[in-house]
Amino acid sequence: MEEVKLIGTWPSPFSYRVIWALKLKGIPYEYIEEDLSNKSPMLLQHNPLHKKIPVLVHGGKPICESAVILQYIEDMWPQNPLLPNDPHERAVARFWVQFAENKVPCIWRLFRTTGGEEQEKAKKESMEMLRALEEHGLRDKNFFGGDKIGIADLAFGQVAHWLEMIEDLVGVKLIEAHTFPHLHAWTKNFKQVPTIKENLPDYGEMLMYFKRARDNFLASRGPGM
Amino acid sequence: MAEENKVKLHGMWASPYVKRVEIALKIKGIPYELVEEDLVNKSQLLLQYNPVHKKVPVLIHNGKSICESLVILEYIDETWKNGPPLLPQDPYKRAKVRFWTSFVEKELLENVLLVVRSEGEAQEKAIKVVFEKLNLLEEGLKDLFQGETHHIDGENMGILDIFLCSLFGAHKAQEEVLGVKFIDPEKFPLLSSWLTASTEVAVVKALQPSHEKLVMVYQFLRQKALQPSAAEVEVKEGVYVSSLSRSSAF
Repeated sequence: MEEVKLIGTWPSPFSYRVIWALKLKGIPYEYIEEDLSNKSPMLLQHNPLHKKIPVLVHGGKPICESAVILQYIEDMWPQNPLLPNDPHERAVARFWVQFAENKVPCIWRLFRTTGGEEQEKAKKESMEMLRALEEHGLRDKNFFGGDKIGIADLAFGQVAHWLEMIEDLVGVKLIEAHTFPHLHAWTKNFKQVPTIKENLPDYGEMLMYFKRARDNFLASRGPGM
Repeated sequence: MAEENKVKLHGMWASPYVKRVEIALKIKGIPYELVEEDLVNKSQLLLQYNPVHKKVPVLIHNGKSICESLVILEYIDETWKNGPPLLPQDPYKRAKVRFWTSFVEKELLENVLLVVRSEGEAQEKAIKVVFEKLNLLEEGLKDLFQGETHHIDGENMGILDIFLCSLFGAHKAQEEVLGVKFIDPEKFPLLSSWLTASTEVAVVKALQPSHEKLVMVYQFLRQKALQPSAAEVEVKEGVYVSSLSRSSAF
């Protein structure tokens, strides 16, 4: 098998999507931690368009965009499939991956707010997004993938682990057991899956990292905003 | 055809997202029933089949719904293996096609819509961004085609061709309403020849609304963004432009 490398950063949920997929399928890879404040020639060579992580490099060939990488991993290594067999169920899984791409970023908009109308709007969008996950995505299943985790669960990893950090830093509580019973249970169950549990950034370290990032961002925005 | 095997497509004539699905169905030779939705008065069926987004297109097959145009295209490709493939077989080529399709959707389409919805300095800025993105796409195509000539005909249209076509198929209307030619053959020779080939495909030509209708759509979208109070356009016979009024990007 040709060499597999993953360029990522330890706080990034997008990096972890790829780590989880590779580990679930038992694919050996070399992990390269990128310093985004000082981008490496390797990153700039492999992702000249966006200069972002994660980038998977397989046999010297780069694949960019985590959602595209997940599909590539699934196409390339069919063992322990992340997608179901049935075409309609596959379409449903892909629908939720696309939803994760288009709608989940609102939690990061919330992360950047301090209060007022901006925060109310971001909170409202986030709640609507979570409501859709609860009522239409998860419903009464254990995982988005059914009885075991699949590609959609990986895509929503941000909601299981990083959202809690956002809630702590912003001072809002979005997912509670009585408001989103299934989603709340899912955040716990997802993180209990051995491959996920063994591959998550330390919560305390993550909190400190993102607090610093948020403080820097708010300071650079200036007063009166 | 048994009821459960029937294919239905809930759509709207002016929607480029719906157009993508129609092109794919026709290329694969899949018979389907088109259900024209009035987006002001969405049908119960649409709300039932797409409760999350309440948007078109929605494909119904075997009584089950599939939403989101890209998801629908992948579903079509996996379900009807007899027609020409919409995605390459090789995983790495598939990844490249998916990457550039995502680029066209997220970075090109978004910015073209910005051009439609703005004027003056803001519009000039948006036009500049579109040209930058097209430049990146032109470079990307060189890498994607790797020196081979990419032939497009009814037998050989893939998801990236379809996405590009659904965005720039209306280039003449865009030129007329916006006064800008996005895919300039001198700046973007590869994209230009690719677009010409795509829009000449019989299936694409047959599905293209008339130039007059497309001009009306673009004028409407522009007017809606710039003068919201004057946004009610007269309803011409069989042309439900007013149904665009309460839809955001269909």
